[in-house]
Amino acid sequence: MEFLTDMITFLLARKKWWLAPVMIILLLVGALIVFGGSSAAAPFIYSIF
Amino acid sequence: MTILGISAFYHDSAAAIIQDGKIMAAAQEERFSRKKNDASFPTQACIFCLKKAAINIDELEAVIFYDKPFLKFERLLETYYQFAPKGVRSFLKAMPIWLREKLFLKRLIRRALQDVQAYDKKKLTLLFSEHHLAHAASAFFASPFQEAAILTIDGVGEWATASIGIGKGNRIKVLKELYFPHSVGLLYSAFTYFLGFKVNEGEYKLMGLAPYGNPASRALQQYKKTILDKLIDLKEDGSLWLNQKYFNYAKGLTMVKDQQWEKLFGFPKRKKDDPIQQYHCDLALAIQQVMEMVVLKLAKEAKKCTGARYLCMAGGVALNCVANGKLWQANYFEDIFIQPAAGDAGGALGAALAAHFIHFDNHRKITIENHPTQYLGPYFEKEYLRSFLKKLNTPFEKFKNFEQLCKKVSQQIASGKVVGWFQGRMEFGPRALGNRSILGDPRSETMQKTLNLKIKNRENFRPFAPTVLEEDAGFYFNLKKPSPYMLFVATVKKEHRKELTESDDSTSLLKKLAIPHSSIPAVTHVDFSARIQTVTEKDNPRFWQLLCAFKQETGCGVLINTSFNVKDEPIVCTPEDAYRCFIKTEMDVLVIGDFMFLK
Repeated sequence: MEFLTDMITFLLARKKWWLAPVMIILLLVGALIVFGGSSAAAPFIYSIF
Repeated sequence: MTILGISAFYHDSAAAIIQDGKIMAAAQEERFSRKKNDASFPTQACIFCLKKAAINIDELEAVIFYDKPFLKFERLLETYYQFAPKGVRSFLKAMPIWLREKLFLKRLIRRALQDVQAYDKKKLTLLFSEHHLAHAASAFFASPFQEAAILTIDGVGEWATASIGIGKGNRIKVLKELYFPHSVGLLYSAFTYFLGFKVNEGEYKLMGLAPYGNPASRALQQYKKTILDKLIDLKEDGSLWLNQKYFNYAKGLTMVKDQQWEKLFGFPKRKKDDPIQQYHCDLALAIQQVMEMVVLKLAKEAKKCTGARYLCMAGGVALNCVANGKLWQANYFEDIFIQPAAGDAGGALGAALAAHFIHFDNHRKITIENHPTQYLGPYFEKEYLRSFLKKLNTPFEKFKNFEQLCKKVSQQIASGKVVGWFQGRMEFGPRALGNRSILGDPRSETMQKTLNLKIKNRENFRPFAPTVLEEDAGFYFNLKKPSPYMLFVATVKKEHRKELTESDDSTSLLKKLAIPHSSIPAVTHVDFSARIQTVTEKDNPRFWQLLCAFKQETGCGVLINTSFNVKDEPIVCTPEDAYRCFIKTEMDVLVIGDFMFLK
């Protein structure tokens, strides 16, 4: 719940509405990945992260 | 009011604690975990900081993280969108970790703090600072200036890669920012990568390699022209535009497009263990000179925007002491303060300072006690040392008189011995400044090779830095200001240099290294430069006393000072770490507090 509040506050502050559907879809897909137990190899350059 | 600052999850995690505006402690996690550039949550560093401030998490006013994860995620999404469909592989690799952990940083930090100490989650105030604001705060609020221009330059934070601001009292105002993917730090890292060094670690090596480049060569001029014409568009205000046609970091898993760079510079990317050729050195010098141009232009712009008399700097690029030396020579500012932990570890300190002064609006009082010293890490009491020695069961000599210890150590160093020197509180930041140091005789013509190959096990082209009594700095070096944090490079004075023949100058890289360049050859680089630390009695009384003893013994108030570690290991933290390092290298003498071990 806190995460959703933070996300909405962020979107309100940045006014980048187009990010909202992208983030929601990613989170849904992410939930599948996480619960699917896929491993995440981190790229080695920190600019990506 | 006590605030705990944290930097973590990217590289070089750290914790710092501020109590009523005074910096109490700060340390990098790598020193405890013994994993170089450890990026995990700084559990042990937090435990140390809380213990040092004698406080529980429940009593903290706030915990602050040095970065804003949502803003960084926004940058990632926009960057991927901009380059789509390219970058899909990188996207697929990056997203799981973001969706699993990094977007839920609040939860992650709260849970990680439970491992530090049990606490009431409801009581905790968790704040997030912008990355470059944390850098700016680490430089300005730790500086002795009431008003100053602030310049932060690094690879990338959320969006910003460099910023110009002004600090006044307890306020910081950001005036200009340069945004990703255009970045001075990433440009330098791209060359670090192309020249076969590890990004985020090898930048020092690139800086050390640059002096081997031939400043009079056509190749150097050609490389510089290529960089300025093809790779970047450098503006008069220091902002720059990186031609993404040649770079890959924004969308791929490498820094540059290897084949394009091969065409540009005429040789392929150097592999890690490939021998270093003259053209590698020339390219290193070219990018170093370009970077110096950028830093100077940015500083000039900071002066123009703020009209300030003083400059504060932080961010990874502020650790490029060659550029810092040039900046000092340019005389734009009356004084320059560079925070010793200028990289991301210092973000923990900056975030805590930003929370104290900006968020909680506390009055800023500049006193000597509030200023950070470089020695903010753990200290080991005599009791601890006694029990350590008992467990060790190894012969040692105890000195009741520190003067006698210094005399004995000086004699050992003067006779060509290598000494591990472990005293007081550990340094915060990448430099060993006389509390966790390996020391040697700078007058020796063989010491550089001995230290590189037998003790540090590192690349033999890398130079060593001198520590000099502040009063003697002007005798040996063209240094106009004290350099207590080893963050400025200056040249050795002409009267101490040795005449080189033409054949010396045109010889190969390794032979060049073996030719003594001055009366203190072990700390004089091939271009007569040296990365200097000046020491006063006030800065570090014990180290100062040793330097005085060495001067009395030899007439020379300079010592080689290199960090107490071996290649790919963090600097030692505990007496146990120091002893282990002493045993596994060819170090001759180890001094821990008042105790001396001989091999």
